Amino acid sequence: MSPTVTLPPHPVPARPSRTGPAGAPKIEAEALSFFYGPKQALHDISVRIQPNVVTAFIGPSGCGKSTFLRTLNRMNDIVPGARVDGQVRVDGQDIYGPSVDVVALRRKVGMVFQKSNPFPKSIFENVAYGLRINGMATSRSELAGRVEESLKQAALWDEVKDRLHESALAMSGGQQQRLCIARALAIRPEILLMDEPASALDPIATQRIEELVYGLKRDYTIVIVTHNMQQAARVSDHTAFFWLGKLVEFDRTDKIFTAPAEKLTEDYVTGRFG
Amino acid sequence: MRRTGVRRVISALFVGACGLAVLLALVPLALILFFVISQGVQALSLDFFTHMPRPVGETGGGMANAIVGTLMLTGLAALFAVPIGVLSGVYLAEYPGTRFSSLVRFAADTLNGVPSIVVGVFAYGVAVLPFKQFSALAGGLALGIMMIPIITRTTEELLLLVPGALREGALALGATRARAVFSVIVPAALPGIITGVVLALARVAGETAPLLFTAFNNRFFSTSLTQPVSSITVQLFTYAISPYEDWHRQAWAGALVLVTFVLICSLLARLAAARVTRIRRS
Amino acid sequence: MRSRDLGFRLAVGTFALLLVLIVAAIGFELVRQSWLSIDRFGLGFWRTSLWDPVGGQFGALPFIWGTLYSSIAALLLAAPVALGIAVFLSELSPHWLRGPLTFLTELLAAIPSIVYGLWGIFVLVPAVRSLEASMPEGLRQLPIFSGPPLGVGMLSAALILAVMVVPFTSAVAREVLKTVPLAQREAAYALGATRFEAIRAALFYARTGIVGAVMLGFGRALGETMAVTMVIGNNPQVSASLFAPQYTMAAVIANEFTEATDALYLSALVEIGLVLFIITLLVNGLSRGLIWMMARRSPARAV
Repeated sequence: MSPTVTLPPHPVPARPSRTGPAGAPKIEAEALSFFYGPKQALHDISVRIQPNVVTAFIGPSGCGKSTFLRTLNRMNDIVPGARVDGQVRVDGQDIYGPSVDVVALRRKVGMVFQKSNPFPKSIFENVAYGLRINGMATSRSELAGRVEESLKQAALWDEVKDRLHESALAMSGGQQQRLCIARALAIRPEILLMDEPASALDPIATQRIEELVYGLKRDYTIVIVTHNMQQAARVSDHTAFFWLGKLVEFDRTDKIFTAPAEKLTEDYVTGRFG
Repeated sequence: MRRTGVRRVISALFVGACGLAVLLALVPLALILFFVISQGVQALSLDFFTHMPRPVGETGGGMANAIVGTLMLTGLAALFAVPIGVLSGVYLAEYPGTRFSSLVRFAADTLNGVPSIVVGVFAYGVAVLPFKQFSALAGGLALGIMMIPIITRTTEELLLLVPGALREGALALGATRARAVFSVIVPAALPGIITGVVLALARVAGETAPLLFTAFNNRFFSTSLTQPVSSITVQLFTYAISPYEDWHRQAWAGALVLVTFVLICSLLARLAAARVTRIRRS
Repeated sequence: MRSRDLGFRLAVGTFALLLVLIVAAIGFELVRQSWLSIDRFGLGFWRTSLWDPVGGQFGALPFIWGTLYSSIAALLLAAPVALGIAVFLSELSPHWLRGPLTFLTELLAAIPSIVYGLWGIFVLVPAVRSLEASMPEGLRQLPIFSGPPLGVGMLSAALILAVMVVPFTSAVAREVLKTVPLAQREAAYALGATRFEAIRAALFYARTGIVGAVMLGFGRALGETMAVTMVIGNNPQVSASLFAPQYTMAAVIANEFTEATDALYLSALVEIGLVLFIITLLVNGLSRGLIWMMARRSPARAV
């Protein structure tokens, strides 16, 4: 199900761009604006996100990076008064189109949140949740197999294999977050959205998450929001810089951090504000 | 990837069922209001407020004595309950987290859950039995006990909403705790506290069970504290279970008066609460 | 200055102490007044069902039976409706409709018990009577539908109690649902949950508090007096039939207290009040404990 073709991490050396490095995109936003009631939170954003790379969204808090991330799996639908203009295409299909099955979309576009949010159930049941509601395992052994596989992918299996049926709430914060990643991976999404997944964690737990992200990009398209520029530099191939609800610059990460095209980007990444 | 369609249907059915639950609750509300209003309006006249009950067989008459009785009983209840209720609330808000305050909070919650008929039994034991006399005082005591926990918890909640800066400001000026509480904090919370008292009054004005064997009933006009006194609710009960057509009409009129009173109190409290939150937000 | 503050604390604390003393006094007074009956009948009081004040025979089983029967039946009817309302108002309702609907459901709680009773006698009971009369003969053979269609009886009592308990339970359940972190619903949605499945996840998270809310409604129903007294038929018998006129603890106190001329009769009635007091105390305490446990459990914290 996940594409096996791996594109080179830095496809084509591109001109300084706003919409991002060239190549066939996995996700494509076009002239996307977003409103909370009368307040406009995103202005006319167009990006092309490449498959099997890690794309980081950076910017000061309140710049719209998380809001934009949440438009990519229509998570903002559950916010009252939210409205979207423009288009988001995943694999070329407009996800805000009238015939779109949001449930199916979210299965394809998984999400990990800023604060770990395990269900008050056992470790096993947390990972099995998505499989169960989506009817993705036909037998107990298949279910158990996919739970194990997901926990392994999230580098959690060795730590929890002897206590799968204990409460997830008894785990450490870092483990809980990796459990949430395992839970998201269990339903085999193609894209994984991560909203500041390490912001509440200590440095060691953060490092483990970063290693995990690096390892997962072979199989997934990953978009990660972070307020931590070092983290963006460490884990991502491409970086987009947001400012006041606008996309300022989007390019290869090395380019954003060493030779940004925009003065604003340079000021931000060199720590002159923010 | 099976079943998305089925799941969507289940989800829609669930949403529909929840909406239906709301309608299901509104049906009895509409039915009750419809009957109380339609039956009550027919029976209600100025006489209802100004005349005394007539004996069986004579039509007309009113509930003047019961209306005065209810006012008296709720007034007595408020006299008794407001000081205890408000000051207990002040204590809970000013000294939270102590062992005694948890005890007080527990007592208030417990009292709130005590069935009203049991409160009546208690009031009978302490205020009727020793004097061998049903009385307005005993009825007021019973209603007052029911008011206390409502007032306490509203007062506590509203005092805790008063911005800490206000309190600190007063204390910084060298005010004593008592000064700070009564000159700054309570006045700031006063509209809310009054709202709480009004709601508590509305609730106990509709109580019947605690009055049955405390204030009892009185066919005559009485304002004596030590004599039995009539109330709209007990009178309504007497009329409702009687076999007389004319008394039934009086009962509906009484119900209309009660419901109108409760409705007005709820609306006032709601408006006041809305204003309080608006002021706090701005 | 410190001593003045201590004085204030003592003064205010005295009133708070009064509140505590009142509760203690209620318990004490009920025990004192019912001692005669407790002493005379012991536990047999609650095991026998002959209630004959004239003959001096007091068995309270029918009252406890009627109280539990009517309250449990009311709860079975009210709980699903109350939870549906709570879910609708907190999760589904359009914003503009939320305020008015909340007000209307709360109004149901503000209507005095005696008005419910009046409406019960003149509107509900006749309706229930025709419902009972139109019950097919086959079903009438079942024990819960046996007996003549009187209208007054367990069914009317359960229905009116259910209506009275709904606003109460739904209000508490709504508060409980508010404490469920949005992140729980988001987690479900992000895994491809439908609306129903996401709400189910929230309800699961809140399950302890939801049980508490339902039990709090149960506590209300146990002690409800006037409306039940007016429609249940006031007949002390232990019957499985919904159509049978029965009696509750609160109702027998309301009806017979002023008629209780001799000390033993009065004491027996107070003992019923004492047990009602203890049962509601336990039920309310337990439900508040559950709600408290639920509220205390904060969303999964990072360690």
